[in-house]
Amino acid sequence: MMGRTIFIDPGRCIGCQACVSACRECDSHRGKSMIHLDYTDEGHSVASLPTVCMHCEDPVAPCAEVCPADAILVTADGVVQQADTTRCIGCANCVNACPFGVPKIDLGAKLQLKCNLCYDRTAYGLAPMCATVCPTGALFYGTVEELQAERPGVQVADTFVFGETEVRTGVAMVVPAEKVRWPVPGGLPVVEINGKDVRR
Amino acid sequence: MTAEPRAAADRRTFIPLDPSLAPPGTRAFRDAGGIPADQWHADQNGETLVPTHCCFCGVQCGMYLRVDRGGKVFGVEPRNHDINRMRLCPKGINAYQQVNHPDRLTAPLMRCSRDEEFREVSWEEALDFTVAEVKRIQQTYGNDAFGLLGGASLFSEKTYLVGKFARVALKSRHVDYNGRLCMVSAAGANKLAFGIDRAGNPFSDILLTDCLLIAGSNVGECFPVMTQYVWGARDRGASLIVVDPRETAIARTADIHVALKPGTDSAFFTSVLNVVIAEGLTDENFLAAHTTGWEEVKAKAAEYPPSRSAKICGIPAEQIVQVARTFARAPKAMAWHARGIEHHSQGVENCLSVISLCAATGHIGKPGAGYGTLTGQGNGQGGREHGQKSDLLPGGRSIMNEEHRRQICEIWGIEESELPPAGTSMMEMVWQMQRREIRGLIGICNNPFVSLPNYRVVKEGYDATEFHAQFDFFLSETAANAHVVFPVTTWAEDEGVMANAEARVVKHNKAQDPPPGVRTDTWVMCELARRLGAGDKFDFPDSRAVFDELRIASAGTVNDYYGITYERLEETGGIAWPCPSTDHPGTPRLFEDGRTYHPDGRIHLQVVEWHPPMDPYDDEHPMSLTTGRTVAHFLSGNQTRRLGALVEQTPRPWAEIHPSHGFRNGEPVRIVTRRGSEVFPALVTEAIRPDTVFVPYHWPVPTAANALTIDALDPRSKIPEYKVCACRIEHADRIDEVPAPPVAPGHVAYPETQVSRTDPLPPTSPQGRGTSERS
Ligand code: SF4
Ligand code: SF4
Repeated sequence: MMGRTIFIDPGRCIGCQACVSACRECDSHRGKSMIHLDYTDEGHSVASLPTVCMHCEDPVAPCAEVCPADAILVTADGVVQQADTTRCIGCANCVNACPFGVPKIDLGAKLQLKCNLCYDRTAYGLAPMCATVCPTGALFYGTVEELQAERPGVQVADTFVFGETEVRTGVAMVVPAEKVRWPVPGGLPVVEINGKDVRR
Repeated sequence: MTAEPRAAADRRTFIPLDPSLAPPGTRAFRDAGGIPADQWHADQNGETLVPTHCCFCGVQCGMYLRVDRGGKVFGVEPRNHDINRMRLCPKGINAYQQVNHPDRLTAPLMRCSRDEEFREVSWEEALDFTVAEVKRIQQTYGNDAFGLLGGASLFSEKTYLVGKFARVALKSRHVDYNGRLCMVSAAGANKLAFGIDRAGNPFSDILLTDCLLIAGSNVGECFPVMTQYVWGARDRGASLIVVDPRETAIARTADIHVALKPGTDSAFFTSVLNVVIAEGLTDENFLAAHTTGWEEVKAKAAEYPPSRSAKICGIPAEQIVQVARTFARAPKAMAWHARGIEHHSQGVENCLSVISLCAATGHIGKPGAGYGTLTGQGNGQGGREHGQKSDLLPGGRSIMNEEHRRQICEIWGIEESELPPAGTSMMEMVWQMQRREIRGLIGICNNPFVSLPNYRVVKEGYDATEFHAQFDFFLSETAANAHVVFPVTTWAEDEGVMANAEARVVKHNKAQDPPPGVRTDTWVMCELARRLGAGDKFDFPDSRAVFDELRIASAGTVNDYYGITYERLEETGGIAWPCPSTDHPGTPRLFEDGRTYHPDGRIHLQVVEWHPPMDPYDDEHPMSLTTGRTVAHFLSGNQTRRLGALVEQTPRPWAEIHPSHGFRNGEPVRIVTRRGSEVFPALVTEAIRPDTVFVPYHWPVPTAANALTIDALDPRSKIPEYKVCACRIEHADRIDEVPAPPVAPGHVAYPETQVSRTDPLPPTSPQGRGTSERS
């Protein structure tokens, strides 16, 4: 896991969309939000969950892997950048490859857009805009030690499993303590494939 | 965009973190906590960061406004202030967009009758016309035929001026303010019990508590930044009790969520007290040393066993027992409440029943133990402290008290006989307008056409006035009814103080000059006063001059501001009153010495008797309608309904209904009460009681919750009973559209062309409504 990163704690999210508004205000995508909010139990509860780019580490960002124009670059500290405007051809391969549904395409501009972990802010020691304003701390920016100092006993996971594929990410999720040994199911509740426990 | 050519093959190509490669518009910061106050004028890119606070709710989050080289506000930057530690909610993030919004009024508007169109006129003409009308009405019908309605979003300096202007320049008893719709029930209860009208503890005490009770407060949506304190308490193991008919984001994670029927709060809390007594969990030493009236309260509590209250409240009796044990056994417990228990015809009683519970268990006046009320408006607390409320004079003095009257007359330099007696409350003034007892009105920073209950009565009242002037920076629904509209400044164009929900006084700074043609409320009031012949009493060049008089006027009272100066506020990030001298640190936590502000130093416990809500249920109206706020909008929506991101988030109201009624999600439903009916899209969710329907109130007719609510008042606080009235739900054909408001420039909506597999799904959860309604 990266040193300083975003930790997502859905248990704290109040669905206020301050993160969405803040993302629109941040200088690298001014006017457009790169976060979306999911409602996980609609009709039953107000539970909500923000999704930012997870900055996949292993395998190296699927969006970057499939980009035919080599437009998506990854920094040394693991930030998966948005497409380089001089290279992106707007083909939307990345949209289809991303297991978290993060990249978006501006069809008019033929350009991919995604969260780049506010590198314009993190480069100066500031937290990304979403994690700065999130009123509840559902988005937290820092090291895992800083998180645990603030929230005693908190457990995090940075591995997601999609069918047979495991993805290790730079952004981590807060999970219940008893679940931390297992990867977080990403999208589908896959537990077993052909008799093999993929949770390990 | 970065300029460096990169090796194409290696996906891990390193992009150096060099400031020169950052995108255009990027700013460097001196430190992660933002720029120190003394250096905020000197950002390296020519951009200025002005430290100030959010203009909206009673949390008063610190923020920087970003000001460009031309001196215009163009953005926001989080600020590491004690209250919010960089955090902001969506309203706070978007607030700056109203400063240079194209809807801003920039010239006075005037018309001689409501049949005419407005025309832009000079300040001279608008002021002259207003003064002529004031004089005509007062000469014909008496001084009290002209009224003044202020607002709790104004800086305290301006609320002080509103009170002084009404009594000294207008010489009318009729002045009140929209904080009357906010937390006056809590104010009344606190005054009765403690002799002081404010929360007992600072927000930071929440982090120290072992049990947090939140009653009638949708913290996550109405005071989002407060949530960090709630979650912080949870991190340290505190239990959470939430009393609310809806399963809000906070209630969702509570240890105990008491989903009681609206309008039954005091029956619930008195029953909790019953169990506390029955189980021997009272703190008898505390009661003996610090309270009066305990025996009477105890006797009354005996009449509310859990079996009885469980029936009244529509909850399991065991929950009452559970709450009593959790709250009373906690080493330190705290109760915070908001409009959910205050907006009732028994609002004061509801708050008193919470106070009795805190006192009986000894949870008062200690770090992590106490009570508080969350103010809805930015200056809901400060807005009434200095004489804007009909029965109060500056410093929280009573207008009925001889001694207090004498003191203020001395400061104002008028004869005591000239000071009018107490007037009536905001809703009562509207009734008087309906009866033509009040013939003329000036409204400052309020929008009763959306915010008062029973819209038809309000409209009739305003329509019946012979003259109506309104101060505002946007043409609100109420301003559209006026004869004269004065274009005034936003919070970013003037300086002044506000007191947040903790009674912490914070200073707002000026970030830009007002647009040409716009004047400060202070200037307009002083100018009107001068033309009314009271110029010598209103010689205030700016806010600071008003604040200095306010400090003196509050000196020696319970609401003592004397020791608070602009300079100290800038240095400290806020001072809680009372603060009697310039070397006094302020008073974040009350009653630490065990003494209240009553002369005997005790908590005066009050007997509370539950009674049913004012609008009775019958076969035609079997359900409860309850109203409230949504996170994207603020009060009457006059400000937030114009800001693109917030409109996109929550474009229109809805009716939240339990699935047991058989409606489909999104289907139009008609809510019918004895006052009328309105159609809303249904939001079907299990997160609400089956016998209750919820509608947010930020919109005007034809989708106004307040066209349905009852104008019944609490007899003591005169707060309207917004939180419960009888209703039924019917199928409807279609929803009347409210015209879409204009959107601020600079706001770029999500590109239409965007493709993403994760575009928001149609929403069914209450929190999802914003995205839902996007077509
Ligand atoms: S700002 Fe935080 S609490 Fe609000 S929706 Fe985003 S993640 Fe959730
Ligand atoms: S509306 Fe309230 S919680 Fe939101 S930013 Fe403003 S002061 Fe903070």
